[in-house]
Amino acid sequence: MSLVTVAYAVAFYLATIILVGGLIYRIREYATVPSPLKIPTMPAPLTPMGAFWRVVREVIFFESLFKSNKWIWIFGVLFHAGLAVVLIRHLRYFIEPVWFWVVLIQPFGVYAGFAMVAGLFGLWGRRVVVDRVRYISSPSDHLMLALLVAIGISGLIMRYVTRTDVIAVKAFFMGLMRFDWQPLPTEPVLLIHLGLVVLLMVLFPFSKLLHIPGLFFSPTRNQWDNAREKRHLATWAAPMDAQRDT
Amino acid sequence: MAKEEFQVPEVREHLEIPPVVEGAMAHSQPFVAAADHQSLLGYPEELVDGWEDKAVEKMGEMARKYRSFRVFLDACVKCGACTDKCHYYLGTGDPKNMPVARQDLLRQVYRRYYTLGGKLFPGLVGAKDMSKEIFDDWYRYYHQCSQCRRCSVFCPYGIDTAEISMAAREIMDSVGLGQKYCNEIIGKVHKIGNNLGLPLPALEDTMEGLEEDVEEDTGVAVKYPVNVEGAEVLLVTPSADFFAEPHVDGLIGYGKVFHQAGVSWTVSSHASEAANFALFTGSYEHMFKISNRIREAALELGVKRIVFGECGHAWRVAYSFLNTLAGPWDFLDPRYPVPQHIMEFTYDLIQRGGINLDPEANDDKVVTVHDSCNVARASRMGTRPGDQFAYPRAVIKASVNRFVEMDPNTTMEATFCCGGGGGLLTDDLMELRVKGALPRMEALKEVVERDGVTHMAAMCAICKSQFTKVLPYYGMGMDMVVSVHQLVSEAIQLGTKD
Repeated sequence: MSLVTVAYAVAFYLATIILVGGLIYRIREYATVPSPLKIPTMPAPLTPMGAFWRVVREVIFFESLFKSNKWIWIFGVLFHAGLAVVLIRHLRYFIEPVWFWVVLIQPFGVYAGFAMVAGLFGLWGRRVVVDRVRYISSPSDHLMLALLVAIGISGLIMRYVTRTDVIAVKAFFMGLMRFDWQPLPTEPVLLIHLGLVVLLMVLFPFSKLLHIPGLFFSPTRNQWDNAREKRHLATWAAPMDAQRDT
Repeated sequence: MAKEEFQVPEVREHLEIPPVVEGAMAHSQPFVAAADHQSLLGYPEELVDGWEDKAVEKMGEMARKYRSFRVFLDACVKCGACTDKCHYYLGTGDPKNMPVARQDLLRQVYRRYYTLGGKLFPGLVGAKDMSKEIFDDWYRYYHQCSQCRRCSVFCPYGIDTAEISMAAREIMDSVGLGQKYCNEIIGKVHKIGNNLGLPLPALEDTMEGLEEDVEEDTGVAVKYPVNVEGAEVLLVTPSADFFAEPHVDGLIGYGKVFHQAGVSWTVSSHASEAANFALFTGSYEHMFKISNRIREAALELGVKRIVFGECGHAWRVAYSFLNTLAGPWDFLDPRYPVPQHIMEFTYDLIQRGGINLDPEANDDKVVTVHDSCNVARASRMGTRPGDQFAYPRAVIKASVNRFVEMDPNTTMEATFCCGGGGGLLTDDLMELRVKGALPRMEALKEVVERDGVTHMAAMCAICKSQFTKVLPYYGMGMDMVVSVHQLVSEAIQLGTKD
């Protein structure tokens, strides 16, 4: 067993623990902080089902962003939809036999890789070119884009430039999941690609990637409009309520 | 600040996004609350020792009490979607008036003390230690936000800068830095019952005067009652309605509507104010206290319904929060929603044929409507989402023959704040108010020139006061602003339903 294999195996275990544990911690935190008042952005749906669909439309179609700015929307959709297909394509490294629909999506996955990188460059370009977006960008905003671009490009290089032993890569990941470690090929591009993915997983619960769970907990989006019908008393406000004379 | 020390923005044909001009509004800040304004509300009289730590601690407390605050601090990806949505940015070009940058004033400190990235790599993630410089920026720029929620419509995560600016003001209050305008007013409501400090005799005088005026005008004895026990409706209306123009014409209209409907009503001197400025300062506790004055008044007078007059943020607190803050309303007539908006009352009456309106009475006018931010994006009327747009239009169209819409990018859910909301309607912020009104002024000027619009109807006391003040800066007449119920008041045919 090479040192590289051990290092990457340990790194992936730790990264998974941090990613999953961190997300569970954050989601519990978001879920337990009370929402003392009804603040949906109006007009809002009147029913829980309506609010559910509002959130679904935000998640899948980026509805509010579409209203806001067509360029950010196009680049955002290119990146996110591309990433989604790429992630699905990568499922083949973790399942055996590979599901039918994952097989079907394989050829699209490559184009999706290009779409993802193109979207990222679009978003990055705005950060540099548009004075307003330049003003609000921190170094971490550029670094996050750089990280994602590097992951995307290293992936594309493995597909088009170098030849990666994908059978061995799959064996490595299947081995990780079965706690039966298999050697990881030591091609530099692969190691860079996987190393950056580990970094992304670790950063997830501590960074703006929290916009993903955040969206589901955003009161302006997930609340429905029934304030006149139903009281909405937070636990911390209840004592104040109980102290009234009348 | 002297009146002409600043340049009124140029009105262009189309809304243009200004280039970033750093520090363009760094000189703008409201007067600080005096010691007695602060102590009356239970806040420290001046900036306390060790305020840095206390403010940071309070910030953590807010993040444990408000999910909105907690989630919004994490979720922003700095995509830039909101950067051109705030009227104060559009009117000033100051980058700290971009919603995301306004949030970042607080987020940078939050990150430093409450996130791993900010603790380990502050420079990388834009995290900063709490400092006087940052705190001064908070005071300046959280008082350049009218909490109108326009940014929240366009944010892909629904981040509402109003929530951040309310929390920031609450944090500042808690360490002894309050805004004079809001805190003085909240104190007056606690002591006297309304923002203006108008005592019962003055209130009675005003209402009697209205009765005389209306009778002289129309020959009909319309009542404007105060503290009448057993009245059907308790009217809660912004106190500006009692004396300011064009507000009072709206109040006259409500009285005429109640008169023709044959519904007895009263205002209460105990709760003679619809406004609830504690919304602006982010204080749940004071918002709760002010709201419960209405409950007390309703119980004391034994009314069956509560109806609110035209006021934007008041209607937000009424529609969205009153049930939570001051309910349950099981002692009121269950056939009506609590509270109701006067627009809903009049709309229902129109639908039932219970009111005779002759729109020809307003034929001297071409009218457009300004959707108030808090009515549009923070509350509702009627039974369906969007009735907060449909009802005022229906009421106006029943009262007026010539009605024109402004640019749809500036109305309904995308409406622009008048520029004076959120506790900024004070003379010490005049420059900000004038510049913040730019997007609305441009949209108005367009319909004035294209369609010959003569009047803009508003349904909010703050909008009415703000427009009255800023219209002349843009070369338009202050009397262009009318109350929606002023149009009803002109059109109503008194004596035909009695």
